[in-house]
Amino acid sequence: MSTYAQKKGFGSVIWDYLTTVDHKKIAILYLIAGGFFFLVGGIEAVFIRIQLAVPNNDFVSAGAFNEIITMHGTTMIFLAAMPLLFAFMNAVMPLQIGARDVAFPFVNALGFWLFFFGGVFLNLSWFLGGAPDAGWTSYASLAIHSKGHGIDFYVLGLQISGIGTLIGGINFLVTIINMRAPGMTYMRMPLFTWATFVSSALILFAFPPLTVGLTLMMFDRMFGSNFFITENGGNTIIWEHLFWIFGHPEVYILVLPAFGIFSDVFSTFSRKRLFGYSSMVFATVLIGFLGFMVWAHHMFTTGLGPVANAIFSVATMAIGVPTGIKIFNWLLTMWGGSVKFTTPMYWAFAFIPSFVIGGVTGVMLASAAADYQYHDSYFVVAHFHYVIVGGVVFAVFAATHFYWPKIFGTMLNEKLGKITFWLFFIGFHMTFFVQHFLGLWGMPRRVFTFLPGQGFEMSNLISSIGAAFMSAGVIVLLINVIVTSVKNEKVGNDPWGDGRTLEWSIPSPPPFYNFKQLPLVRGLDPYWLEKMEGKKGMTPAEPLGDIHMPNASFIPFVIAFGLFVAAFGALYNGEKSWAVPVIIIGLLITFGSMLVRSLKDDHGFHIHKEELMDDNDKGVKA
Amino acid sequence: MHAEEKLTYETWPAEPEKSTLEAKNKFLGFWLFLGGETVLFASLFATYLALKDKVPSADHALAKDLFDLPLTFVATMLLLTSSLTSVYAMYHMKNFNSQKMMLWLGITVLLGLGFLGLEVYEFNHYVHEYHHKFTSSAFGSAFYTLVGFHGAHVTFGLGWILALMIRNYKRGLNLYNAPKFYVASLYWHFIDVVWVFIFTVVYLMGMVG
Repeated sequence: MSTYAQKKGFGSVIWDYLTTVDHKKIAILYLIAGGFFFLVGGIEAVFIRIQLAVPNNDFVSAGAFNEIITMHGTTMIFLAAMPLLFAFMNAVMPLQIGARDVAFPFVNALGFWLFFFGGVFLNLSWFLGGAPDAGWTSYASLAIHSKGHGIDFYVLGLQISGIGTLIGGINFLVTIINMRAPGMTYMRMPLFTWATFVSSALILFAFPPLTVGLTLMMFDRMFGSNFFITENGGNTIIWEHLFWIFGHPEVYILVLPAFGIFSDVFSTFSRKRLFGYSSMVFATVLIGFLGFMVWAHHMFTTGLGPVANAIFSVATMAIGVPTGIKIFNWLLTMWGGSVKFTTPMYWAFAFIPSFVIGGVTGVMLASAAADYQYHDSYFVVAHFHYVIVGGVVFAVFAATHFYWPKIFGTMLNEKLGKITFWLFFIGFHMTFFVQHFLGLWGMPRRVFTFLPGQGFEMSNLISSIGAAFMSAGVIVLLINVIVTSVKNEKVGNDPWGDGRTLEWSIPSPPPFYNFKQLPLVRGLDPYWLEKMEGKKGMTPAEPLGDIHMPNASFIPFVIAFGLFVAAFGALYNGEKSWAVPVIIIGLLITFGSMLVRSLKDDHGFHIHKEELMDDNDKGVKA
Repeated sequence: MHAEEKLTYETWPAEPEKSTLEAKNKFLGFWLFLGGETVLFASLFATYLALKDKVPSADHALAKDLFDLPLTFVATMLLLTSSLTSVYAMYHMKNFNSQKMMLWLGITVLLGLGFLGLEVYEFNHYVHEYHHKFTSSAFGSAFYTLVGFHGAHVTFGLGWILALMIRNYKRGLNLYNAPKFYVASLYWHFIDVVWVFIFTVVYLMGMVG
């Protein structure tokens, strides 16, 4: 099997990506699909801001507005932020621990295709009778009575993509536990790997409650059960609990990898070891743990009683402590460092004040008594956008510029990168800072319009202009991507010149087997360590030998496709005569291909020593 | 060691389920998956407890009217015994005795089928005798979802073990299929543990509380 050096036509490149199990190619798939859904969610955001730019606007109807806000939130969280972070986890984490691939390459591909088909299914709702319209939280009391099939698309689409995320999380956990290179102890792992580890553990324990919640909703809406039908003994609060037992850890699933990315960016461009490494690890783990203890702070006004509210209020405020540890460690990493202001560093620098604002409003909201005032107002909208955009989206932008050369072998243009930054940064604060005050002045969230003369006009207009700036920033990034891809100037192993971790010790993009010989890790920041001792690369931990690699497979695509088909059947159950047969056909495709996978031996293949000696680290294109 | 090696009784490792990297990954990954499954069932249990005996009107059957302990006891014994027989199967797997492993796995499957048969009978009984249906009340929905999820797991486990048995009947054990048998037996134990909780929370607490 030494066909990997051949030139390929367009068709075979497509087939290659449909069947790939290589973590680096799956990362590119996540990046493209996540980037696409980010644009879709962004367009929805722009529609929201156009509608709210002036009072009594009729750009969209009230019903369409509900669909747009629901899809904006759902798309951004599940189909943009998570996949984009998964893209970087896939691209970088195995390289950072010195592994040749993830533990389950097949499952990795399956996870991607499940996410992809789930996302496509959810978005098909726009064309098949209307999108979900009960908000991204889809509270049962509202969702159960929603007309049409919107909620059904939400339930089934998220179910499919959620399974993909869950198996992805398990995969990362096993990879980090079992596949670290010799010498790569837990306390030598880069912070991004640590963050991937903790956030994968959160995925493992947070997604099953969502699975159950979505299943109950599916049974109620499509198969006649009564979980949320109060007349028949049901209880809609169950949905709120299940959703937030998932939903709050989800916030940390998103923001911990962002913290990890920034930690690596800060230490790289301060050219200094991360300040307080072990306290950073401790804080990451502690945030992950506390993340499960606070879900009811989303439900202060549900009426759980003063004792429950007090406990969840205190637990929520406690998360401020490890987060504060992180903020100070980042500041002290820059202190006395030789700071280089590259585009990723711009984002990291801007992240600190932006995220702190989100953190401060978070502690305000955590105070249960005060929350009765803020609840369901634009103050909440401002808060979570400061956390998610100021934390996660900034991190995605930072990582896009930082890791682009490692993924594609060419640098994004720094000047355009900085223009993107300034446009987006200014636009972000314009859009969301005023929303704090809108909320405090009494503007409720999720309203499709507002009246003149209530003092909301100016701030809403400023907010909408800010959205235009953000859009312009994203467009400049797209231009940057096109320009640099056309130029395609190849770069070496360590294009930033300051790489500290293992991914920078191998070619950009890496050969498909990553490491010809597994590296010997002698401390934290192993590549930096070797460079400081005047060596060019890592010391190998093993003699050159055969490398075992997994075979490509089309089965992951087919398994995910089967669920996609079955979901259509479930959606129209009781309404169309073909519904049940379609469910059965879809499940047969899925379980049948799982059976084939289980029964057919797949031993993978070996790259022989002689072939490895031929390609002298030139970064053979896979 | 790698998965394609031809091994004999003498060279067969002490822990064939984790003697290659792939097997180690599978072993750990499956344990983590079971961790996720635990949370899944915990959520279903919580839902059941919240909706237990929640019915629209007084003419619906409640937990104390429905359950029949002797029947459930027999079902429990079948499933618990099947867990024991799967341990015997794994004992023979570790001793490189494919024939005896298949025999005990076969007994495990038969016991599992017995359990499943009783469950089908039980559900049928509730629907026809008590009009306790999936769609009749929140209690019904929660009951059939929790116990049915478990039943679906049993069904999947039976299919899985059978498929492994048929596939490997002639060729015997190697380091490629031994971990597969092992994780299937882990899954089977997990199903058993869940049933212990269902027996306690649904049936025993349903009778007394």
